[in-house]
Amino acid sequence: MRSEQAPLFLRVAAMGGLLFLHVPLLLIFVYAFTTEDKSFQWPPPGFTLKWFAAAWERPDIWEALSLSLRVATIATLIALVLGTLCAAAVSRSRFFGREVISLLVILPIALPGIITGISLRSAFNLADIPFSFWTIVLGHATFCVVVVYNNAVARFRRTSGSLVEASMDLGANSFQTFRHVILPNIATALLAGGMLAFALSFDEVIVTTFTAGQQATLPIWMLEELVRPRERPVTNVVAMVVVLVTFLPILGAYYLTRGTDTVAGSGK
Amino acid sequence: MTVAVSFSGVTRHFGTVRAVDGVDLDIAEGEFFAMLGPSGSGKTTCLRLIAGFEQPTGGDIRLFGQSVRDVPPYRRAVNTVFQDYALFPHLNVLDNVAYGLMIAGKGKTERYRESEAALDLVALPGYGGRKPSELSGGQRQRVALARALVNKPRVLLLDEPLGALDLKLREQMQEELKSLQRQLCITFVFVTHDQGEALSMADRVAVFNQGRIVQVGSPEDIYYRPEVPFVADFVGSSNILPPILTGLSALAAIRPEALRLTDTGTPATVTAVNFLGAATRVALDANGSRMTALLPKGAVRPTVGASVKVSWDAADLHQMKGGA
Repeated sequence: MRSEQAPLFLRVAAMGGLLFLHVPLLLIFVYAFTTEDKSFQWPPPGFTLKWFAAAWERPDIWEALSLSLRVATIATLIALVLGTLCAAAVSRSRFFGREVISLLVILPIALPGIITGISLRSAFNLADIPFSFWTIVLGHATFCVVVVYNNAVARFRRTSGSLVEASMDLGANSFQTFRHVILPNIATALLAGGMLAFALSFDEVIVTTFTAGQQATLPIWMLEELVRPRERPVTNVVAMVVVLVTFLPILGAYYLTRGTDTVAGSGK
Repeated sequence: MTVAVSFSGVTRHFGTVRAVDGVDLDIAEGEFFAMLGPSGSGKTTCLRLIAGFEQPTGGDIRLFGQSVRDVPPYRRAVNTVFQDYALFPHLNVLDNVAYGLMIAGKGKTERYRESEAALDLVALPGYGGRKPSELSGGQRQRVALARALVNKPRVLLLDEPLGALDLKLREQMQEELKSLQRQLCITFVFVTHDQGEALSMADRVAVFNQGRIVQVGSPEDIYYRPEVPFVADFVGSSNILPPILTGLSALAAIRPEALRLTDTGTPATVTAVNFLGAATRVALDANGSRMTALLPKGAVRPTVGASVKVSWDAADLHQMKGGA
């Protein structure tokens, strides 16, 4: 396709939109280095790295970071297993209620987080389950399953069903077929889905506020810091870390799924 | 004679559809056997029943005398060449061919040596390092063939093996399949909707229609001596003549090339004339009975609308079973 020059006003509008989206992010980064710690003063009176040291020294940050990482890891693992199984069932076989199941699996990501949060909270209360690390994990798994499922189901659809039959025909049982044929064909999709799920879980706030007990994940910790700040720029340092931890997996997922036409589409 | 594959009263229903409806069939060891029929006639389902991808609703299938009722596909001494080849896209050609041997637990050196030999057999030496996506359709077909043959199956199943190839390649592969089969002495069972393919390659042909086998026989039987009108019509468009024209007690089939335009005989009107190069095809209407004559080169070519007389030798007539 030949690209043509867009009209000037369109280019200005596009540029304006991009700036509006990303300049605030840059501000966060800049304020992580400011020497002034009470208010957001522009321009910053001076630059320093001391807030990084200060953040490093704070045990509450380490606790929140570790909790977030553990929650994201376990929620992602649960999502990988359940999402893959569900995608395999929906795309490999026909059964009564298949479309309904497919819709029900996707629903949590369409529902507002606050609805998911409230319903999970009342369900946990009804069942007398104390709020803990595991209730946070379960809350996150509800929407992590969706992204893994979506990635896996798309790949399953593009993987020819006769590959499984061919493998069986050549002597492989179900487990060997999964190990040698299915897994290699859906691996990148699972990795991408897992990375997205991890990133989603890592910066989740709404569902977490309803399903957490006394623990604070990193985003919750940041929210609390904004209300009653102590060393305000430390929050900005943490914000930078969150951006990096969530942005890198999403970038990775993008690159992994981008080139998959040559991986999955080569059967024909 | 050892019976390689045996169907007795096999049915396979999908809901209310009777895909296979009471098939009895014996395929001998070392035979090149064709299952011929239009799409939806049950031939592919029969192949999948032998491979084990489908389970019969009723009846029994035996492989070399053993019932395979509860034997999963991966424990049957048969291998399949799939219609879409089903090569594993994440493996290179050599690993595709070696897949069955790897699953069987053969060492790397041994399975690669045998796979190279199989690639030689299908005339693709040195292609092991390529990915399936880098091959042409004909090459993928050969890889699929090598991948099946390397396991030394007792029966090789081929599902429309030549369907996706262009005409020239198809003719070449027909020859190669035929000579491979002679060389390896393996039972080949192949499914096709192309009657020319079935007649030119197979030792015996089963013609399928609506889930049943309507005739089994040598290509000559099928071609010259169709037992039912469906076979006469499907295999090479025989003319079907009603008793009133032949004086026989049932419908009779006759090949288009056995009809002649002569001075005496059955009156007919010419409805179409097509020049085919080596012959001329003439469509005729004899008082409501449509028939086609294939006139050799040099015969007088009639014009459309002309009144002619058609005749034939009674010996060329083949009386069929049953009614219309």
